[in-house]
Amino acid sequence: MEFQIAATLGRSTLNRVQILGRSGIFLLSSIYLAFFRPFRIYRLIKEIEFIGSKSFLIVFVTALFTGMVIGIQGYYSLSQFGAEAALGVMVALSIIRELGPVLCALMVTGRAGSAITAEIGIMKITDQFPALEMMAIDPMKYVISPKVIAGIICLPLLTAFFDLVGIGGGYLVGVKLLGVNEGAYIGKMITAVTFTDIYGGILKSLSFGVLITWISSFMGFAAEATTEGVSKATTNAVVITSLSILIVDYILTSLLL
Amino acid sequence: MIKVENIVKRYGRVTASNHLNCHFERGKVTVILGGSGSGKSTLLRQLTGLEKPDSGAVYFDGVDLTTLNKTKLYEARKKMGMLFQGSALFNYLNIFENIAFPLREHTQIADNIIKTIVTMKLEMVGLRGTEDLMPSQLSGGMMKRVGLARAMVMDPKVIFYDEPTSGLDPISTGVIGKLIMDLNKTLNITSIVVSHDIESCFKIADNIIILFYGDIIAMGTSEEIRNSSDLRVKQFINGEPEGPIPFQRTDKNYLDEILFD
Repeated sequence: MEFQIAATLGRSTLNRVQILGRSGIFLLSSIYLAFFRPFRIYRLIKEIEFIGSKSFLIVFVTALFTGMVIGIQGYYSLSQFGAEAALGVMVALSIIRELGPVLCALMVTGRAGSAITAEIGIMKITDQFPALEMMAIDPMKYVISPKVIAGIICLPLLTAFFDLVGIGGGYLVGVKLLGVNEGAYIGKMITAVTFTDIYGGILKSLSFGVLITWISSFMGFAAEATTEGVSKATTNAVVITSLSILIVDYILTSLLL
Repeated sequence: MIKVENIVKRYGRVTASNHLNCHFERGKVTVILGGSGSGKSTLLRQLTGLEKPDSGAVYFDGVDLTTLNKTKLYEARKKMGMLFQGSALFNYLNIFENIAFPLREHTQIADNIIKTIVTMKLEMVGLRGTEDLMPSQLSGGMMKRVGLARAMVMDPKVIFYDEPTSGLDPISTGVIGKLIMDLNKTLNITSIVVSHDIESCFKIADNIIILFYGDIIAMGTSEEIRNSSDLRVKQFINGEPEGPIPFQRTDKNYLDEILFD
């Protein structure tokens, strides 16, 4: 009995380690292959359009309301100490350091990550990968690489956009609605936000860009070749990506501070 | 054209290819017949280099595919075309772009010439006028014909067909069968067809190979196969449920199992 439990445990551990290894090789080879001819610029632009420009609206709305909420919450907390003037600093730092990269990544995961897994899974069950192979085209390079590279390019840009809109949302509520001094909001923000804050945010968004495209592509690629397999993989991809984003966020924050 | 030497392929405890030796003649239609799980699709995948045998060699035009690296294998693949069971059309491209895809990827041909080539291929499969449709707007039979047009757009020496007629109505089956024969006669393309459709198989085949659980049980011209005295071959081509090929997969005795288990 004990022996059996140990054997099952060992087998499942080995399986998991193997999947982890495979996914690592998957990521590295997709990035590596992007550096060789032919460069698929058109495919890359298509993916940037899908992951990046089509996420603009959702990122805009998320950022605006996040900024506005922090504006209200911050105002009431700070006014208890008579420190409303520091509202700009509070909004800017919380968005640039944490909320911008994380919320932006979570929104992109829900919108683009799930679609990536579904698309790749469907390509798999309809034999499109061997079809590419038979046409002498590397599916890794043709399908996966552009997605991963597009993720690396898009996420920092979307995050920068999120930061801008979020700070604007805080400004709207804080200055226009609640009457915080405009000069204090912007002036204090400019002196308090350092390059390290911005650099940390960008670094996070870069890693989230890799995480999102990597996990969603791999889940689609490794999905069981049935319709249930693909739908399961899509759900799993969103859950695993979201959790990984939060965990990696903690690790990066503790390293950066 | 293609020569298979002593290939073995195992998946776990199942032997899908058990020391197979066979030969596919240039310019002929060879049909690989077999029931489900007989290893015919595995054999096809090994012929195209999509899968490597555990041991043995597959010579394509004199070159052993199993020893090639990716670049050289891709070079060899440009001489092959394949029609997949589910057609494997790219769902995000329209019919025209699906067929033009290999040309755009591998050649520098100008757009107007690509258009001419695609139109010619569509005419061959009788689907001119569908250029702007998406694959989801076509029926299964039409998708197969588009898949065939795409498979031959690079003018391959060999075309592989994976179950070209399964799931099609009798007329579409006839059309696909005729297309395979026409291509073979007019362009002298070597054709390798994996199928379990006995009737259409005898119509199109020059040579037939019958697989049974990873072994070749018969090989020869369609005439030889039709007149074979081998009981297993007879059972297979007549589709009889009783015979030396067991319908049951388990070798446990039925009574033993229900009474003493």
